[in-house]
Amino acid sequence: MSLKTPLYDKHIEMGGKMVDFAGWLMPVHFGSQIGEHNAVRQDAGMFDVSHMTVTDLKGADVRDMLRLLLANNVDKLQDKGKALYSCMLNSDGGILDDLIVYYLDDNWFRIVSNAATREKDIRWIENLAKDFGDISVLERTDLAMIAVQGPNAKEKTYAALGDALREHTEALKPFYAATVGDLFIATTGYTGETGFEIILPGKAAAFTWQMLADKGVKPIGLGARDTLRLEAGMALYGSDMDETISPLEAGLDWTIGWSPDDRNFVGRSSLELQKKEGPKQGIVGIVFKGKGILRRHQEVSFSGSDSDLVLGEITSGGFSPTLNHSIALVRAPATVTPGSACQVNIRGKMVDAEVVKYPFVRNGKSCL
Amino acid sequence: MSEIPGELKYTKSHEWVRINDDGSVTIGITDHAQDLMGDMVYIELPEVGDNLETGKECAVVESVKAASDVYAPLDGEILEVNETITESPEVINQNPYEDGWMFRLQLADNAGLDSLLDAKAYEEIINSTDQ
Repeated sequence: MSLKTPLYDKHIEMGGKMVDFAGWLMPVHFGSQIGEHNAVRQDAGMFDVSHMTVTDLKGADVRDMLRLLLANNVDKLQDKGKALYSCMLNSDGGILDDLIVYYLDDNWFRIVSNAATREKDIRWIENLAKDFGDISVLERTDLAMIAVQGPNAKEKTYAALGDALREHTEALKPFYAATVGDLFIATTGYTGETGFEIILPGKAAAFTWQMLADKGVKPIGLGARDTLRLEAGMALYGSDMDETISPLEAGLDWTIGWSPDDRNFVGRSSLELQKKEGPKQGIVGIVFKGKGILRRHQEVSFSGSDSDLVLGEITSGGFSPTLNHSIALVRAPATVTPGSACQVNIRGKMVDAEVVKYPFVRNGKSCL
Repeated sequence: MSEIPGELKYTKSHEWVRINDDGSVTIGITDHAQDLMGDMVYIELPEVGDNLETGKECAVVESVKAASDVYAPLDGEILEVNETITESPEVINQNPYEDGWMFRLQLADNAGLDSLLDAKAYEEIINSTDQ
């Protein structure tokens, strides 16, 4: 049994090639993945991300509970509407999921987390919430979510959905949200471009999608979503991180809210120990400009400090349409630094690649 | 839905074969195959003079989504390869049966031709695997 989002019929109508993704029937592309990728980098595209999990946490004790639940510090959220990216850890410091939490008011926070981890996440949150007095955990299966991304995304969204929206969202800085009628509009995304993520009633999704399409916003499939986020150097749960990997090992150090020292979030003691000893592995970016395509699970060898070869593995890789060559994220020994050389085993052939600082692309331009 | 020209021969592994007037054969991958794979980004072809053996890997096509081996449909020697597609892999998506051809082969003998599929048989195969 595959689940369908409220936009399923629209995807079929617009020529979406449907595939199963985490139990959902989702469009992988609408004709050309590269064309869609370029549309987002150069103009505006829209993604159906209704399969993602939207959970509302309500009650007087929610902030207290989030101090324990999240590796990032929820107290960074002091303005209503502000959003925070965080991992949710197990007691070993392994990543249960990555998510965005929005502060709506003192009794209401909203979490958007991954589709594939839905049941695990909700169970984990409900379990923690039990120890707090007044918290309700409500999964919002009634809502859909459309991401509109690209340099022209905001203007085209205003053209499609009306100027009332402009009034309430034009001044929003990145990583904020505003509620306008039935629409929850956030300045977040997963592409490295400007734009919105719009959470809205499921029954409003299809006509909203059509209004956006009528203003020239192109439908984008999951294929381009993956190449866009890879260029933007954004980690993908299940590929670049999982329950056996800590944020320190996943290039997500910046998401750990160490301060204040006495905030005892789940996984903290394990992370502190790992930090003290120094994490053994991390994520590095690599580029390969020769013939062949970098892909997940390919083995990468680096020259070690004592002339020994040390090994890594591609966790996300592929062809970058913006750069016109292959890029990848690699789980590598912590000693590997940008500028060093490496070799990748592509289908039995060893090729030379280069370790670089990522992101690879931001706002349509190469960062290399 | 995919285009399957009636005058060509096919393999189960989605290569097409055109028998030319001079007795050589031209080989590529089918419309169905390019559609399954999505946008092509890298093509590796054999070299002129290489000898191919039926069923053995002889080329690689890589799309945004996946890498796939191309298998030699017949025994023979490479006469010519299509450099256009190594420069512009998207030509295979746009026109798999004409501009997107991969290589031309001088057959060792005609024995292998009989085991290729005609358009109808190939269509049945892709219909049955699609379901």
